[in-house]
Amino acid sequence: MILSLKNVSKSFGALTVSDDVSFDVPAGQALGIIGPNGAGKSTLFNLITGNLRANAGSVHFEGRDVTNVSAMERCLTGIGRSFQIPQPFGTLTVYENLVVAATHGRNLSETTVLEDCVDILKRTELIERANTPASHLSLLERKRLELSRAMATQPKLLLLDEIAGGLTEGECQALIATIKDIHGQGVTIIWIEHVLHALTSVVERLLVLDFGRVIGIGDPDEIMASKQVQEIYLGIEV
Amino acid sequence: MTYFVQTRTTISGVSTALGAAILFCLILLPFFAGRGLIQDMFTILTMLVLAQLWNLLAGYGGLVSIGQQAFVGMGAYTLFGVVILGGVDPVAATLCSGLGALVIAVPTAFFAFRLNGAYFAIGTWVIAEVVRLLVAQWKVLGGGTGTSLPRDATGNMWFVDGIKALLNIKTSAARDVLAYWLALALAVATIAGIYWLLRTRRGLALAAVRDNIEAAKSVGVDAARMKWVVFLTSAFGTGLAGGLIYMQKARISPDAAFSVTDWTAYVIFIVVIGGIGTIEGPILGVLIFVVLQSLLADFGSWYLLSLGLLAIVIMLVAPRGLWGLLSERTGLHIFPVQRRLHGLGLETSEE
Repeated sequence: MILSLKNVSKSFGALTVSDDVSFDVPAGQALGIIGPNGAGKSTLFNLITGNLRANAGSVHFEGRDVTNVSAMERCLTGIGRSFQIPQPFGTLTVYENLVVAATHGRNLSETTVLEDCVDILKRTELIERANTPASHLSLLERKRLELSRAMATQPKLLLLDEIAGGLTEGECQALIATIKDIHGQGVTIIWIEHVLHALTSVVERLLVLDFGRVIGIGDPDEIMASKQVQEIYLGIEV
Repeated sequence: MTYFVQTRTTISGVSTALGAAILFCLILLPFFAGRGLIQDMFTILTMLVLAQLWNLLAGYGGLVSIGQQAFVGMGAYTLFGVVILGGVDPVAATLCSGLGALVIAVPTAFFAFRLNGAYFAIGTWVIAEVVRLLVAQWKVLGGGTGTSLPRDATGNMWFVDGIKALLNIKTSAARDVLAYWLALALAVATIAGIYWLLRTRRGLALAAVRDNIEAAKSVGVDAARMKWVVFLTSAFGTGLAGGLIYMQKARISPDAAFSVTDWTAYVIFIVVIGGIGTIEGPILGVLIFVVLQSLLADFGSWYLLSLGLLAIVIMLVAPRGLWGLLSERTGLHIFPVQRRLHGLGLETSEE
């Protein structure tokens, strides 16, 4: 198992956002996470990446207990992420955004990472914007930058938070192709997404979250067919 | 591979040559300038050092401190302490003043880093006031009224005899020349050091932490360490400048050495009107500040009022300062730090 969560709970005051969450992800798998707004999906990501600390339970990455390890160190051990609302380094150029991630996330020199950064920018179709300050990018470009920057840290586990939201069908297809490509290279992926057809075209396993609890986990078709999930997702077409 | 990275621009090549020429003239200035000009230049250079270091802290590190006077004062008092109590030569003592500032900076950082934004700013100010009150209790160094450097220490300072012989001037003038050369060395070292830092991957990390700290941590940037490095570096340099300023004045009091107006408010003014987050900004800012100071010096509190008014106008009209305005219009960068990727299919002239 590359990632194991055991009885992880997180609450903000009286509000429990993650409630006794346990699941395992085998190396190389692509796991999708769905759930209504406010179900605690992004919080779960923050608990895995270390941007938030759990109140109870443990997070293991590659067999090592990382529950109390900082976000910075978790990145160095191989956990990369994108943010739901893009968080670019606005004053830096697109290329520099990747260089920060590549040099610090992998502890390499700037000259060493140049080719990798260029390669990622080509794959995510941002190469023409390489010298543009990130604050000048459009929404689609920002989402691509989120993905590119996470890839630049060369993660073993990549967490994608609603990366397809707000994109047109064509843009979405291009993104799916890129994510499949990354997954094909053996990177484990956990992907939160409301755009279900995008999600199901990539993931092998699906986890449903509601009120911070795991409602179901397993084969995407079976999960989507279950009555409980359909109740939560009433009105949302697959 | 057909891609490569460049930070140099065509203009920066010319400016390197120009900068070297200006530096050469500044080194030789005491050979043909009068004592008044040397003293003015000393003020400009020390204010420039303070401004560059505050800019490193606030403009690059996102740590808006209004307690820099703690490090100026502590640096200065360390110098006086080492000279008066330890009998050390004042020139050697200036090196201790940086360490003196660090002694205060470590606990300050420990407390202030728990605070963010405006709370951090106020926190540093409060700590600086506490340090001032504590130093004022130090009777051996004059308590609240202050003290002067002993005559035998200032009279026999290192290098002073050599400068007297070299320039054929009096002891007091030679001391000013010595202070000027030390300030010039400190200013050059400060600018070169900051420029070097910004061009390394740590400089990128610093910008990343300022732009978005959570995202920076998530790509492996050690944000906490960056803050410490920047804060302690800035404190050390500010302490050195403080020691130098009071070595030249040869007289100190807690109210002057820990003055929030002189060592923080003016410094913020310089950085804000010049252009925060650039190396060029504080250089331009300090020149404007000195011109305004000499034009408006006779107008008492009107002077401070007009400085405040000007700062407000510039913040509204040009939030990135006068240098920001200038470089936006002309694309001029004397100290370019942006990495530009060159290669196939890339628009390289894009700003």
